[in-house]
Order: sequence, then structure tokens, then C-alpha cells
Amino acid sequence: MVIVSSRLGPNDAAEAGPFGAFLRQFRKNRVGVVGAVLVILIVASAIFAPFVVTHDPTRIMVGPRLAPPSLDFILGTDQLGRDTFSRAIMGSRIPLLAASVSLSSALAVGLVLGLIAGFGPRWLDNLLLLVFDTIRSFPSIIFALAMIALLGPSLASVILVIATTSMPIYARVVRTQTEAQRSSEYIAAERSMGAGTTRILAVHILPNVLGPLMILVSMDVPAVIAVEAGLSFLGMGVRPPTPDWGAILNDGYNYIDRTPWLVIAGGIPIVLATLGFTFLGEALRDIFDPKLRKDL
Amino acid sequence: MWLYLGKRIVLAIAIIAIAVTLLFLMIRAVPGDPAAVLLGPRATLEMKAQLHQQMGLDKPLVVQIVAFFGGLLHGDLGFDVFSQRPVADIVFEQLPYTIELILVSIFWAVMIAVPLGCYLAIRRNSLVDQVASVVTVATIAIPSFVVAVYVLLIFAVTLRWLPAIGAGNNFRDVLIHLILPAFAIGIGWVGYISRLVRASMLEILGENHVRMARSFGLSEWRIVARYALPLAILPTVTIIGVGIAWLLSSAVFVEVVFARPGIGALIVSAVNTRNYPIVMGVVLVTTFLIVTATTLSDVANAFLDPRTREKL
Amino acid sequence: MRRDDSVSPRSVLEIRGLNLDFGTPRGRVHALRNVSFDLPAGQVVGIVGESGSGKSTLAYTVMGLLPDNAEVTAGSILFEGKDLLKMRAPARRSLLGDRLSMIFQDPMTALNPVRTIGSHMIDIQHHEQVSRGEKRARALEMLHRVGIPDPESRVGAYPHHFSGGMRQRVCIAMALLVKPALLVADEPTTALDATLEVQIIHLLKQLQKEIGCSILFVSHHLGAVAELCDRVVIMYAGEVVEEGSVRDIFHNPAHPYTRALLECDPGRIKKSTRTLPSIPGEVPSLLGTKLGCIFRSRCPQAFDRCVQENPVEHRIGLDQVARCHLLDEKRLVSA
Repeated sequence: MVIVSSRLGPNDAAEAGPFGAFLRQFRKNRVGVVGAVLVILIVASAIFAPFVVTHDPTRIMVGPRLAPPSLDFILGTDQLGRDTFSRAIMGSRIPLLAASVSLSSALAVGLVLGLIAGFGPRWLDNLLLLVFDTIRSFPSIIFALAMIALLGPSLASVILVIATTSMPIYARVVRTQTEAQRSSEYIAAERSMGAGTTRILAVHILPNVLGPLMILVSMDVPAVIAVEAGLSFLGMGVRPPTPDWGAILNDGYNYIDRTPWLVIAGGIPIVLATLGFTFLGEALRDIFDPKLRKDL
Repeated sequence: MWLYLGKRIVLAIAIIAIAVTLLFLMIRAVPGDPAAVLLGPRATLEMKAQLHQQMGLDKPLVVQIVAFFGGLLHGDLGFDVFSQRPVADIVFEQLPYTIELILVSIFWAVMIAVPLGCYLAIRRNSLVDQVASVVTVATIAIPSFVVAVYVLLIFAVTLRWLPAIGAGNNFRDVLIHLILPAFAIGIGWVGYISRLVRASMLEILGENHVRMARSFGLSEWRIVARYALPLAILPTVTIIGVGIAWLLSSAVFVEVVFARPGIGALIVSAVNTRNYPIVMGVVLVTTFLIVTATTLSDVANAFLDPRTREKL
Repeated sequence: MRRDDSVSPRSVLEIRGLNLDFGTPRGRVHALRNVSFDLPAGQVVGIVGESGSGKSTLAYTVMGLLPDNAEVTAGSILFEGKDLLKMRAPARRSLLGDRLSMIFQDPMTALNPVRTIGSHMIDIQHHEQVSRGEKRARALEMLHRVGIPDPESRVGAYPHHFSGGMRQRVCIAMALLVKPALLVADEPTTALDATLEVQIIHLLKQLQKEIGCSILFVSHHLGAVAELCDRVVIMYAGEVVEEGSVRDIFHNPAHPYTRALLECDPGRIKKSTRTLPSIPGEVPSLLGTKLGCIFRSRCPQAFDRCVQENPVEHRIGLDQVARCHLLDEKRLVSA
């Protein structure tokens, strides 16, 4: 009895540099490629928005109110006669801005607090952990609404809220790594040789922590886009007439029985952006650190 | 068991205390006078002073916080000067609608996702599994409010199969009104839980006791359902407890989109009118809900595993 | 192939020319190469070898419990006259827990932690058309026979209530409860300490006599094999290097590997010594196909022929065969 073997072929060995290896692995992940393409399209349309738009996105009555799509207005017009397509293109800027500002500040604060928790005295560690867990156990939207009630609706409030709610996860990762490294023997050896805290941080802690953090950040982007769009949808984000996906969706929701186009124009970019960043983030995690989420 | 519950309760109280203190501090830190915001620009000084007194804002911060905690012990969440009613009455009036929505959403999601996850684990790496892995990620990624608006557009506005707004009156009506909102909240959970069940099922199926069960010729479905699932379900139980926070977040949007009553809609309107006592009340009640749900899921988890059950 | 002329109807298991590969990222590993032997009905055959010799893989192949990356490339496994490898999956599965059952290496993880001993033991009798009460009674009787004290009260307990030795007794009770024609035991005593090992071996021996089943006993412990088995199959790097009755193998080992194995067994060292003997070198990589004797790199008596051609089987006496060129040379000399 002989079974012809086809499914157990040997793997093609990896060669070339680390980046080449990464690209080859990434290309195999078709969903990841789709995600990357979507992300590139969205980022490009945000950067080159002024050249892509067909009308001034904030000017009212460039056309009739609530018009269906036409050659002139690709996605129709809104209740104030503004061009929906131009607003949707320009609207990509706010979510991406919110995501980059809030996540980078969350990263910076999380890094510092995580190091303090990991290196500091026990009581401070416990206190910080309690604060992290308190923030994490909160529904992010309820927390956001409570803060907006205090700060007033604005893009800055949204960014502050997102930064605050995403910070604890980063801080926890940093803390765990710091704890592990601090008690390791080679750190003790370095210390005995007179190495300062700064050197230990720069040489041992940061390189170990940056990889997982970057993946976590990339996986948080879609959630941040969703929160920003959601708060704008509730009228708690950017102020009119700034174009923003959530705001367009809200306009569409208010006129949902008159025209479906506004809802489509506001929602589809949100769907594409969250999907694109999610697929990209998952692909990156699968390649670099398949176990990451389990460790949290 | 009692020691464990005691620890949980202490932790819960600590979390609530921190949350309240932070909120009080933030209210104080924010420039502007809440009373002035409430009363509008034409308020006189006396009106403001009177409102201050009513809201207890004329007292020092520490006194305010202590008074608030004192009230909490009697189930008093403060007083809403707008409607001249206790905050607790308003919040607890809205709470059942939200809880009903959350429970129905998570219930249908679990009912679909657990068998789906088992099926995908058995058919791992098949075409179905590969397609499902993309679709489930997509359902997790797409925000619930976008789903809510789209199902509203399709099934309520365009097709007119289901009601667009409200919560319904009699039992049947309530259920019909729940279909679209519960779909919008639950669909992401179907993706999430099915992935979770699939992953932990695959792990369990590789364990020695499953091989032992196989060595007695038990059918694959029997092994999955009776040997692996009782273990594979444990992470899901934990996640549902933690996930009540996400459920509440989605509920906020879904209640607004479908114009349903509930604490989500309540806090949105309270934020719009800067009605701090109501905001505070909702925050407190949700914190309490979250802590309770997490504790319940931990206890349930410990109970489902005989190794930890005896220690309860 | 060997002994095709003398296929005995009294063999429960006949393995012929079995080859098995594992697909790994580094290539195909040939874990079993041309493995052939018989298991006579009512006897206990021991499979002995180092870690990585393929002895456990052989046990799993017989049971059909191989991982997804394993593939049988040639050979047959005749069980009660039918080729298991040609059977369809459902038919093969219906033999498990009925004609075939197995005891595993690690009793600590072999039982489902959230199910009681009783529910395990009732569940595995799924081939039997008797009432639940009857199944429970049989389970209690079997628990009593394997030496679980007070089975009536222990049957409702969970696995974590039992010690390792007790759990292995439960596993033996389960495996024998279905009255198999063949019991496959994969290192059932390796995870236990020495006194427990002796108890478990005695228990297996006694129950085997009572029930009359055959046992395929996989072990690296020569003492246990000598105690329990009628015949021994010595495996090295996926190949059978020697086979024969316990007496012949232990008193008159023909293959250099068997001799080395016996010299390393602490139980058989008579002289007092400061260092425990060991076989120098390591089991070779099983990637790819290789020419020559698989043991030559560690063999103290290897010569040029061992590099050039694969050794064939040589019969020694009535009931012992070994694969070694030396036997051929000896025969040439004596002839």
C-alpha cells in the first residue's frame, strides 16, 4: 500500500534580509494585503484630499439639498446642499488625526507610567495598577461621555478621552516587561557594574517592549477610529461644519427616511477604515508575535 | 468562597470610590460653574447661589464627596434639579431597558457563536474555516453603530419589516422591537466568541484526555460537545463578564439610533444638557454593573470547573 | 517479506512493511521504516527502544490516533485478519473501545478534569447495548478489580481527587472494561515512581491472564518488559533491529544495539561500578533516506559493509531475528 505524498512537502526555506523575509511572509497573507491596500488608499486620500475633492466640502448650496448621486455629485448632496463625496474624502483627516495624536500620546504616557510601576516601589505599583484596571474596566464610551460632559464636545476632548482609555494597556505591557527584566540576573549584574537606570532602560527594557507595543498600537487604530466616529455621530466630536465620517453618518441618520445616500457615504468609509486597519494589524501580529494577545 | 467574594467586594468598592473621587475632582478642575451652565447665561447671582446650595456645590470638596458616599449607602445617587426628581429614580427607571437589550444581544450571540466555534474547530483549515476567519474579524471590526444605522436603513426604513424606534409594549412587541438593536450589538460578539471558542477548542482537542476519549472510539461530535466544550467554554464565560463594558458602550449608540429608552440614551441626553448629577448617576450604576458582572463570571467560571469549585 | 508463508491464524496483530513519515517544516521525517512483526493471540509483546525510536508512534499508528502531519506511506496492519489501514474511518473507529483499547503514558492528563470517573467509565461502554445501571455496575466491578478501594464512593469523584498511581489504575480499568482483543499500552509506568511501577506491572499481568487479551507493551524499561512480556521487539531509529522471545533476547542478544541496551540497564548491572554505562552518540536524524545500517555511527563493531548496504534479517535459532551484517559474516565464517 502506497499513499502518494503531496500534502507534506517540505517548506521553502527563508533567505534574504529580514525585511525581504517579512515582505514574503506578508504577501502570503491575502487578507493582510487587502488591509494594507485599504489603509494606503485611506491615508493617501487624507493626505491628498484637497486634490481629490470635487467641491468645497464646507460650502453650502453648491447643489440642491439631499440630491441623489449624479455626475457632478458622485455621492449626492446633504441637507445643506454640500457635496457628500468631497465631505467624505475630507472627513478622513479627522479620524486619522485623532488616532495618531491620541495613540502616540497614550503610548508616551503609558511608557512612562509603566516604567514607574515596574521600577518604582511596591505601593506605587499597586496604586497604578488599580488605576489602570479602573480605567480599563470602564465602558470607554460611558467614560468618554462623562469626560465630554465636563470638557464640552470638541475634537480635543475626544483625543484626550481616547488617549486616557488606551493608555492602561500599554502601561501594563511595559510594566510586565520591566518587572521581568528588573528581576533578571543580567540586570543585577549590570547594576553591580555600576550601570545607571537610564542605561538599563535604553539597552534592555525599551528594545524588548517596543515591538509588542507597536503591534498593540496598530491593533488599536481601528477601535480609535470607531470611537472618534461614534462620538462625532452622537454630536460630541468635531463641531460643524468640519467634515467627518461620524458627522456625515449623523446627518444621514437624521434624514434616513428621505435619502439613503448620506448614510452610505458616512458609513462605508468607517467600515473600510476599520476593516483595513484591523486586517493590517492582525497580519502584523500574526507575523511578529502570534501569542501577544494571550499574554495580556 | 466567602473570602473570594469579600476580596471582590473590597475591590469593587475601591474602584467605585476611585471613579467617584476622580469625577468630583474633574468637575472641580474644569473651568466654569456647572450651575451657571445649567441655568444659562441670563441667570442671576441669587439663582446661582440657590442652585449651588441645592446641588451642594457651596460646600468644600471633601464634604461633597463624603456626603455623596453617605447618600450612596442609602441608595441615594443625588438629586436632579432639572426634573426635580432623585437621580436614582431616573436611572433605575431606564436601567431595565438597557439590561434587557444587553442580555438578549449576548444571549443570541452565544447561541450562534458557540456551535459555530466548535464547528470551525472541527473543520479547521477548511475553506469554511478560512472564510469564517475573515468574516468574523470583519464583524468584530465594524462598529456597532454603523451596523445599527444600516440595519435600520434596510429593514426598518426601506423594507419596513421591523419597527424603527421605541421599545414596545407587550411581550411580543418588545421582542420585535429588540430584533434590530440586538442584532447590531450581538453580531460583533458572534465573531468574537466564535473565534474564542474555536481557539480554545483547538487547544483542548490537542490535550491528552481527548486522545484518550478518541482511543475508545467516541464520535468526534460527542468528544467536542461533552469532553472538550465544558473546558473550552471557560474563556468565553470570563470574556462575557469583562465584556459587559463593551456591551454597555454599544448599547449607548444602539439606544440612540433606535430611539430606545435606556441608560445609554439617558447619559447622552444628560451630557448634551450638562446635567452632571445624571451623568454621575449613570457612571456609578454602570460601574456597579461591571463589577457585578465580572464577579459573577468569575464565580461562574470557578463553579464550572470541579477543580476550582471545591475551593469556593 | 518474512514469514509470509507462515501467517499464523493465531496472531491478533500482524504488521508488515510499515513505513510512516511526519511532515515537518524541515522536511519529511521517516519515523517508521519497514517495520514488521507479529503479536500472537493471548501474548504480551514488548516494544523497546530509546526515546525517538518510533515505539510510541507505532502504538499510535495501530490505534489510528496519529497527528495530522503523519502519513503512512507503505505497509499493512492486519488486526484479526483485516487491514486497519485499508478500513474506512468509521469502521476503524468502531473497533476502538471494543476490540482495541489503549493505556497512555501520563495518567495525570489522561482523564478529563471536568468529568467524574464514573461518567468516563459509563461513556466508554458506548458499544454495549445495556442499561446505564448495568454499565455503572460493570464500572464498579472493574474499579474493584484494579484495586481502587471503596469504588462505590470513589466513582463519583473527579480525576484530581486521585493520585497518579490511582489514576493509572482507573485508566487500566477503563481500557480493560471494554474487554479488548488487543490492549496497547504506551509506557504506562514511565510517569510513575518505582514501587508503583511494580504494582502496575503486576496488575497488568494478572488482569491480562484473567481477561485473556493480547498486549502491545511499549516501554524503555527493560525490567518491566522482562517481567511482563512473552516476546520483545527492539526498535532503533524507526526500525526493528531485533525480535524474539524474552528469554532469547535477554540471554542471547544478537544485535550490537540490543547488547548495548542491556548493558545500560541499571537493573542488570552486577558488578559495582562508579559510572553508569551508556551508549555513546545520539539517535541519528531521520530526515531523508539513508543508505547503510542505521546504527553504524554508534556501533562499536561497525565495518565498511555497514556503510554500503542495509542489513537484512538473519534468523538466530528458532524464534529470533536480527538485522545486522555481523550475523551474516559469522555465518560465512562458520559455513
